[in-house]
Amino acid sequence: MKYLDEYRDGDIAAKLVERIRRVQTKPWVIMEVCGGQTHSIVKNGIDHLLPKGVELVHGPGCPVCVTPLEMIDKAHAIARRPDVIFCSFGDMLRVPGSDGDLFTIRSQGGDVRIVYSPIDCLKIARANPDRQVVFFAIGFETTAPANAMLAWQAREMGLKNISLLVSHVLVPPAMEAILSSPENRVQAFLGPGHVCAVVGYREYEPLAARFHVPIVVTGFEPLDILEGILMVVEQLEEGRAEVENQYSRVLARGGNRPAQDLIGKVFEISDRKWRGVGTIAQSGFRLRDEFREFDAEHRFRVAAIDVSEPEICIAGQILQGIKKPHDCAAFGTLCTPQHPLGATMVSAEGACAAYYAYGRHLKESDLVSIGEPS
Amino acid sequence: MCLAIPGRVVETFTHEGMHMARVQFGGVTREACLDYVPETQVGEYVLVHVGFAISRVDEEEAQRTYQALAELDQLAELEAPVVEEGSGA
Ligand code: SF4
Repeated sequence: MKYLDEYRDGDIAAKLVERIRRVQTKPWVIMEVCGGQTHSIVKNGIDHLLPKGVELVHGPGCPVCVTPLEMIDKAHAIARRPDVIFCSFGDMLRVPGSDGDLFTIRSQGGDVRIVYSPIDCLKIARANPDRQVVFFAIGFETTAPANAMLAWQAREMGLKNISLLVSHVLVPPAMEAILSSPENRVQAFLGPGHVCAVVGYREYEPLAARFHVPIVVTGFEPLDILEGILMVVEQLEEGRAEVENQYSRVLARGGNRPAQDLIGKVFEISDRKWRGVGTIAQSGFRLRDEFREFDAEHRFRVAAIDVSEPEICIAGQILQGIKKPHDCAAFGTLCTPQHPLGATMVSAEGACAAYYAYGRHLKESDLVSIGEPS
Repeated sequence: MCLAIPGRVVETFTHEGMHMARVQFGGVTREACLDYVPETQVGEYVLVHVGFAISRVDEEEAQRTYQALAELDQLAELEAPVVEEGSGA
């Protein structure tokens, strides 16, 4: 657990916490959407510094965590094929499917490779003309420009041995689904800074107006997060519900136009299933018909796979801010980063993994109390 | 994995019709595509996500963000293997 004076700018952090304390009169529940923010909050103990009435709940913003189990199983079915070189970002390799993970498949002889960038697959495809190169194209808006470029370049270069297994998700429809749920507790959001570097934050404005929720697009450093929380609490206390930009040193309201243009040429919006949450209408991307030949699901005709999640796992409720990792009976006992039962325990950005990494599976009596600043 | 890492553009070139750069992150230099921030010049800082620059930032912001990512152990993607042309490895 962190003390304020361990912050690089401890006095600024202390002032921000004090201002939140002064402004806040009622209890509020705020969700941070981005997994990078979750990691930063838990690592820096920001939730423990806040006044009791300000509760942070952790959102669905970890693409590894929300990739549905069916899609993981499809990836595994393709990766097991002897004619395939299966390429992925590193953090997908440990995600458990119904039967092991990509590391298991690699140890059994599957050609599974970690790539830094989707476009690395172009080189791999050219060097292996007699094999099929498949890229596991997961991610939120931040990753879409990179994945779109892979499909675009593959077509430009006339490569016949490349395809994408697409599981792309979008942030605003997930926020809408959370707000529409009868169990919803979330009253305001910290928006995801680096997602907005691509798409801007204009598209959050209808959401803020319709559900009357403040949304403050925020960076992920501790001071950014504290400032974002202050801006959100000010709006809540004043009854405002606007989209504000805490991260203005990086973000423009309209985002990155050239990236949005290429995304629009390659992808179209489609329904997507979110692990633990279920299908959310119009919540992701699929390849446009013009790029169908690069769609791995089409190329390999992986049949619909029947899957079932471990019953004990409540990751779906955690991703919606309804529950916290501590509410799960398996947290830190049956389920650990070494033996993850659910996806939120796999990625460092998942709430369960972040809680575990920073000792929150330990009993209260094991922890040093920082006490309430008076 | 939605975080972008800031780095300094040390060289630009064209490859397969893509506007590319060598970008320095701390002690590591990797290639990145500049097609989404085409006006970027050598010496400037960009936020790079999975091999693509998505936004330009100033030096101070770059340093602050890099430091924060290092503290969060979020620089691992820079260690992913480099794929050389033709090697297929
Ligand atoms: S601790 Fe494990 S089993 Fe429990 S909700 Fe988190 S991922 Fe699921």
